[in-house]
Parts: sequence; structure tokens; C-alpha cells
Amino acid sequence: MQSSTVEDPKLALNYHKEVEPEGHHGEHPDHRMLGVIVFLVAESMIFLGLFGAFLIYRSMMPVWPPEGTPELELLVPGINSIILISSSFVMHKGQSAIQKNDVPGLQLWFAITAAMGAIFLLGQLYEYSHAEFGLTLNVFTSCFYVLTGFHGLHVTLGLLLILAVLWRSRQPEHYSETSHFGVEAAELYWHFVDVVWIILFVLVYLL
Amino acid sequence: MGGFLAEIVRTELATPDPDLVQPEMYNQMFTMHGTIMLFLWIIPAGAAFANYLIPLMIGAEDMAFPRLNAVAFWMIPVGGVLLISSFFVGAPQAGWTSYPPLSLMSGKWGEEIWIMSLLILGTSSILGALNFAITILKMRIPEMDLNSMPLFCWSMLATSALVLIGTPVLAAALILLSFDLIAGTSFFNPVGGGDPIVYQHMFWFYSHPAVYIMVLPFFGVISEVLPVHARKPIFGYRAIAYSSLAIAFLGLIVWAHHMFTSGTPGWLRMFFMATTMLIAVPTGIKIFSWCATIWGGKIELNSAMLFGIGFISSFLIGGLSGVMVAAVPFDIHVHDTYFIVAHFHYVLFGGSVFALFAGLYHWFSKMTGRMLNETWGRIHFALTFIGFNMTFLPMHQLGLLGMNRRIALYDPQFQSLNIVCTIGSYILAVSTLPLVINVLWSLIKGKKAGRNPWRALTLEWQTTSPPAIENFESEPVLWAGPYEYGIDSENEDEEDVEDMLAEVSAQS
Repeated sequence: MQSSTVEDPKLALNYHKEVEPEGHHGEHPDHRMLGVIVFLVAESMIFLGLFGAFLIYRSMMPVWPPEGTPELELLVPGINSIILISSSFVMHKGQSAIQKNDVPGLQLWFAITAAMGAIFLLGQLYEYSHAEFGLTLNVFTSCFYVLTGFHGLHVTLGLLLILAVLWRSRQPEHYSETSHFGVEAAELYWHFVDVVWIILFVLVYLL
Repeated sequence: MGGFLAEIVRTELATPDPDLVQPEMYNQMFTMHGTIMLFLWIIPAGAAFANYLIPLMIGAEDMAFPRLNAVAFWMIPVGGVLLISSFFVGAPQAGWTSYPPLSLMSGKWGEEIWIMSLLILGTSSILGALNFAITILKMRIPEMDLNSMPLFCWSMLATSALVLIGTPVLAAALILLSFDLIAGTSFFNPVGGGDPIVYQHMFWFYSHPAVYIMVLPFFGVISEVLPVHARKPIFGYRAIAYSSLAIAFLGLIVWAHHMFTSGTPGWLRMFFMATTMLIAVPTGIKIFSWCATIWGGKIELNSAMLFGIGFISSFLIGGLSGVMVAAVPFDIHVHDTYFIVAHFHYVLFGGSVFALFAGLYHWFSKMTGRMLNETWGRIHFALTFIGFNMTFLPMHQLGLLGMNRRIALYDPQFQSLNIVCTIGSYILAVSTLPLVINVLWSLIKGKKAGRNPWRALTLEWQTTSPPAIENFESEPVLWAGPYEYGIDSENEDEEDVEDMLAEVSAQS
């Protein structure tokens, strides 16, 4: 048991400001960004596992997708992909803004990103409700729903992160040019979700 | 709890007929025994040592993410309670591997609870590993570079990498499995066009590295304990350090050797046989280095050292039988027999648990400020070692004779050996008593331990026992490499350590 965890909430609350050394040997070093990156490596392994399973099924079946699977509609998910991919760039504008200490700019760009993410999710719901097949029809349709659904879950989480950043940015001086870990983490997560979507789109829709 | 279930299993196996528990119940028993022992005993025990020792060894105040650490810790009891609660709805019966289609047919909700609790425990170990890796990489005191940190840190680095890469894939497999269970999809169900082999691939992609996740931390523990009690520098520091990484890497590409009998194509079997046998090389390097470390040392045969030596000998047997089962033709014969059971108990019990006890006897003084009693420690060791070998050694023979694992009924010709195993397991159960007595008694009445009762050189011995809040009262000083014991004449070395200790305490 690390006895110092007891004291930690107090210390952790000031995380985003410079931690003051008072009474400690030094400030608690900030490795959170590295932590996010390592976490995303682990996350990507989940997707890699799912994609791996998908590819094995694909290579085993004589006909892919198996016979009787209705054609996938490409228009809505295509538009959706463009929206999601471009949202990454929009989001980056937000981060550039905060690097110039421009909080309204951050709020503007992040709000647009959030709206684009929400549109993406709505598009996916539309696609689910209009698809002509169910979860249990065959292995392909199961994979389709599990992969897109699991990705959708990540988009939702990313959206919540963006909203959390927006909520926190209302407080003056919460984010500044030197300290905006939350912004960076949310952005990195969003890019990650984006890249996963590109792979997923190619695998499931195009191939 | 896990041990209790094992005793029921063994008692059942004392006779060829099902007379203590029914076969279904027996299936639940060994499933839960396996799961509890692996996910709630050995893996958390390794993580516990890591959480305690890493910051101390590298001179840090704490882990990189203390709050995350607390989250990971509290997920363990949650997962554990959830797992045990599955007994109320009919515990899972498909073994700790939960191969479909068997796992899809026996007890839906028990299986689902098993999946949920494994997902929780898996998340906890991912968060823990993230913490370990970053702490080791980023929070060492400035004077310590990678090649002068204690070997335990090296082995935890390798373990963390395995957890981060392997566990998510298990999570993916379990998610798909629960879709099969609940939503009626057929990823792994051949009836609906799915393929159970895919599950086996995903499962073993994690679960073979999981074996190394379980033993690597304890390789690290042994690398710390042996040099201290043999008063000699570790033999081949870099060899041991890099062989940990080699084991981790090779461990990721050997998973299909669990599936030699699953219709894996011939060329693939050859590949996995070769990689599996390659693992014996870094493991052998470690064993030789440890032997060379204690060779000619001033060995103090205290409990920690005894468990350390017990570890080397039992792990050696596990490793050797491992090379045997790595060979495809041999494995096809012994697959799913007691030979396998014997093999993994030698690796996991002989490997992990012995080293765990060695670590406990070694660091107990640091954790509590009191020494454990030597007499009780030796009784504990003797009982454990005898019980362990009596339980698992005959299993090799049982397996070669053809007794299958995971069965409650067997041919009467196997009975005499099974009785030996059962008696051995009772001795093993009794062997925990001296440990419990020892810990409780020593906590209250044990001899006070100073800062450094073993005259060891790694950083954790520079602070008070038990360590102060934030670990060190003053910035720790790296005074020597971690294993520079007895390099000059022994007397001089001992004085050096004491002198420097005095210096450190004067500063604080």
C-alpha cells in the first residue's frame, strides 16, 4: 500500500495548475500524456483483435460476405466518414487556438467538432435502423454490428470528452497556452477513433 | 478460496467414482479454481510486489499515476466478488479457458458473470501495467540509468508490455463470446457458421503471454533475493535483463502451441513448435545465471534463500516438461492429460508461488519493520516443498499413462497414484498454517528490523522499515550498482555498506 495515495486527491486536484511543492520533496511529475498514449496502444490492441477475427472469418468463407447478405449501402456511411475525418482537422484548429491562449477559439472549434461527432452518431443510428439485416443473420452481419457498434461506443466516449473540455473551459483560466492537458488528451483520443474508423471502413465496407 | 476448491477437487479424485461431488459440480470447481488462482492470486500478487517495490527501488516517491493505481486496485475485489457470486446462478463449467462451443452450452449466466469479472480484472491489470511501465521509464532518480536499475524493474517492464499488448485481445475475444452467449450471434458457434478456432487463437494470444505475465515478476523477485543472500554479484546482469524482454517477445508468438490438436495446419505447427522451443533459450539463460550467482557464494540458508532454491529446482522441472510438450508429436499424445496439469503446476506453483514466498520472507522486514521467524519459515518451506512435489510429480506419470484432465471419474488402475497426489495436496494445505502463524506472530512480536537487515544494496533498503510517507526522507543516493556484493574482500564490502548507511541517515 502506497501511503502517499492517501494524500493524493488534494495534490491531484491542482494537477492542471503548476503543483506546488509545499511539504513534498518535489512536485509530482506529470506523465499523463504518455499515459494516454500507452493506453491508446492497449486500446488499439482490442481493435486489432477484432479486426484479426474479422479477417480470419473473411479468409475462411468461400463467399464473402456470405450468400444472402443484402448489399451494404455506401452513401450514408461515406458521408459519415468524410464528416468524421474532417472533424479531426477542425479539432486541431481548437488546439492551435489554445496554444495562442485563445479560449473562445478553442470553444468554437471544439463545439463544431462535437456537432460533427453527434452527426456521425446520428448517421450511424440511421444506418442501423434502415439496414435490411439483423445482428444474428450470419457471421458478416454480426461482425458488422459489433465492429461499428464498438467503434460507435468510442465515438460516444470521445464526444463526452469534448463536451467535458467545453464544460471546463467556461471557467476562466482553466486552460492556458502552457497547461491544456485535457485538450490534448481529448484530441489525441479523437484522432485515434478517427484512424480506427478509416481502417474499419476499408475493411467492412470497401473490401 | 482457490486452494479450498483445489482440495475438493483432489479429494474427489482420491477415488475413481464420483462420491464427494457430482461431475457438474466438479466442473464448476476446477473452472473456479483455475480462474481464481490465476486472475485473483498470482497476477495480483505480482502486481502487489511491483506496486510496492518499483517506486522504492528506483528512488521515486510514488507511482506515476497514484489515483489510477487505486482504481486498478479496487477493481480486483469487485471482479473477485462478482466471480464468486457466479456460484449462486450456477458457476461456469467450461474450464478457465472457456472454449466454445462448450462454454456456450453449459450455464449461460454463470459463464456471462465469468466473462464480466474477467473483463474487470483485465482492465485492472492493463491500468496497472500502464502505471508500472511509465513509472519505471520516467521516474527513476537521475543517477540511475536503465542498465543500473534492479532486475525486478526489468522484468516488470517486460511484464507490462505483455499485459498491454495481450490483455486487450482477450477482452475482444470475451466481448465476442458474450455476444454469442446473450445476443445469439454465432462468432464461435459452428452451427451458425462461426468458428471456435478463432476464439482459441484470440484466447491464447493473451493466455500464453499470461503465463509469462505470471512468472516474469517472480523471475525478477528471484533475481533480487538470490544475490543478497549469496553475497555475490548477480551473474550476467544484462543477460538476465534482456532475456526478460526476449521471453516477452517470444511469448507473443507461440500461442498456437496450445492448439496442436485443434486441426492447426502442419506448417503452422512447425512454426509454433520452433518458437516455443526458442523460449527455452532465454529461460535457460536465466536459470544458468541464477545457478552461477549462488555458485560459490556465502549462502545463508534462511527461508528466503530456501524458497529461492526451491523455485529454481521446481521451475526447472516445469521448464523441461515444457520443452517436451512443445514438440508436436509428443504433445499430441499427452494433450489434455495430467502431464499438462503437472507441467503448468510446476511452472506456476513451482515458478510463481515459491518465488512469491521467497519475496515475502525477503521484503517482509521492509514492509512491516519486523523480521519473520526463521524456524517457522523453514517449517513452512519444508512442508510446501514436500507437499508440492508429492502432489504434482506423480501427475507426470498419470498423464503418460493416459489419465485425462478435467474428469471426475477415472479408471481404477490410476487410483494408487491419485491417492499420493491427494495426500500431497493435504500437506500443501497444512503448509499454509506455519506461514499464517509466522506472519501474525511476527507482526506483533517479531524482531525489529533496521533499515537494512540483509545488508542489501538496492535503493529500497536505504529508507526506514516500514518506509516513510513518500518513501524516502531524503533524496536517496545511488551508492553502487544494484548487485555489487563482495567485489573487494567481503569484510570491506560490509563495512562500506554500513558506512554509507550511516552517511545517509546523518543527512536525513
